[in-house]
Amino acid sequence: MSKTSSLSGRKRNERVAAYLFTIPAMFLLCAFLVVPILYTVYYSLFQYQIVRPDNITFIGLQNYLKLFSDSDFWLALRNTVYFTVLVVPFQCVLALALAMLVSSKFRGVAIFRTMYFSPQLTSMVVISILWTVLYNSNPNTGLINSLLTSLGMEPINFLSNSKTAMNSIIFMSGWQGAGYQMMIFLAGLQGIPRDQYEAASVDGANKVQQFLYITLPGLKGTIKYVVMITMIQAMKLFTQPYVMTQGGPKNSTKTLVYYIYTQGFQQGNFGYACSVAAIFFVIVVIMSLSMKKLIAETN
Amino acid sequence: MTKSMKTQNFLTKLLFYAGNIIIGIIFVSPLIWMISASLKPEAQIFANMNSITTFIPVHASLDNFKEVFSRLDMLQVFKNTFVYIALILVLDLLLNSICGYALAKFDFKGKGLMLNFIVALMVMPMEAIMLPLYIEMSQLGWVNTLAALVIPFVAKCFSIYMFRQFFCDIPDELLEAAALDGASPVRTFFTVVMPISKTVYATVFILDFVAHWNDFMWPFLVMTGESKRTIQLAIQVFFGTQPIHYSAIMAALVVSAIPMLIMFIFMQKYYIEGIASSGIKG
Repeated sequence: MSKTSSLSGRKRNERVAAYLFTIPAMFLLCAFLVVPILYTVYYSLFQYQIVRPDNITFIGLQNYLKLFSDSDFWLALRNTVYFTVLVVPFQCVLALALAMLVSSKFRGVAIFRTMYFSPQLTSMVVISILWTVLYNSNPNTGLINSLLTSLGMEPINFLSNSKTAMNSIIFMSGWQGAGYQMMIFLAGLQGIPRDQYEAASVDGANKVQQFLYITLPGLKGTIKYVVMITMIQAMKLFTQPYVMTQGGPKNSTKTLVYYIYTQGFQQGNFGYACSVAAIFFVIVVIMSLSMKKLIAETN
Repeated sequence: MTKSMKTQNFLTKLLFYAGNIIIGIIFVSPLIWMISASLKPEAQIFANMNSITTFIPVHASLDNFKEVFSRLDMLQVFKNTFVYIALILVLDLLLNSICGYALAKFDFKGKGLMLNFIVALMVMPMEAIMLPLYIEMSQLGWVNTLAALVIPFVAKCFSIYMFRQFFCDIPDELLEAAALDGASPVRTFFTVVMPISKTVYATVFILDFVAHWNDFMWPFLVMTGESKRTIQLAIQVFFGTQPIHYSAIMAALVVSAIPMLIMFIFMQKYYIEGIASSGIKG
């Protein structure tokens, strides 16, 4: 009798503790994540200027209709997709190549790993400022252009030409980020059993064949995960163009998040900016859901 | 092993080293240039850029650092950043770990729902909600206060998830033994579970420290007062402030990287593990 009552007492204690333990975090998530998500959708249906908070009018889907004919929005979307489509393969292939370089155990491997990881030890703001100086179009002050001219090439207006600005940001971002994905790949490589390579080399498979038929299939799940996080990260591009180009030249580095910022915070078109944010949100969710499905299929 | 195999092995090894050294040096050269420039007089950093001395500070001095500290209230900036990060981390480690523990070990109504909710919100980009969140902050009167920096970002789905994964692996027998000794579930957590879970706390700590140290966008939106700036904001503003001395700018970048470097030296194992495990478990 006393045993059962203490057992049910324990169950009750546990339930009380469960709510005690979960409610603080859940409350904060609801207040500062769920509520803003709902409000993003809600405000996107209103004409809402930040300077006139007393004059908010319901306009249905008009903000979204306006988006369709807003060439600045389409440009921002195009720039974001362009950045993502190029930076993801560049950064992931670079990360995998670096991981292959430092995956085997040899003396000094930790030093090389740290070298490849080191750009991660500084922030994106720091990297953006540094590379703005390195990318300077004057060969007398820009390190990269001074190198190019000494090799007999013409200097490039990296950040001041609308054709090259985004590519310059892509190159820099890939360099900065690859060390992070390299670490994930290294963990993935550890998961491939060594004897598979031994068996293959006994069968006379060379290194390239081993890479194609053992390493790549063994990393399938890791590759998909890495592609997913890199993609989502890429869609959020803001800091680099904000620090380096202010979205220019000719809006060639204005991204979706940048557009949300300019519309909402600089121009005060709050309702309109929320409709851009809602579209951005939907794109990211669809992307991550489809990648998650792909990952689940592998496992 | 035949002689030719030995030579081949030696050659592969040599190739590996050569490749790593060349690629490694190219890879870190921008950072070396940054450090070198931070130690040189302004007139020197753009001289002889085609020679190797562009990467080597010949007449090294700390004058640029003095300039940074005299033009920028670095102590205030560091204080702002550390207070913000310390507050957020204490709350983060406490609230997310107890939530993760309840989701791992307790039986209660709504558990499955909560778990799905957390996983679903994990991919939520802050950038998509920053407009209403800003309005919320201004309605609460929190703009330009620590509260706006800290409170919205204490609860993190990813941290809860990491804690839960770790606590799931703690054997139930251990918890039952504590319960038989008369410890309540809450006490069991603080006296039995927490002390044996240092690794997960260290991992979440370093991952979130890095994330907040590097954070730019949210502080940029809510901390507009000059005396409230966090480190990333301060150096971004310094970059655009006259007089533009590139040597001083490089020194500011180096200063801002030092705390991260120290953290990395001490917490490297947990940091790398945290990054790597996200790929395996996620």
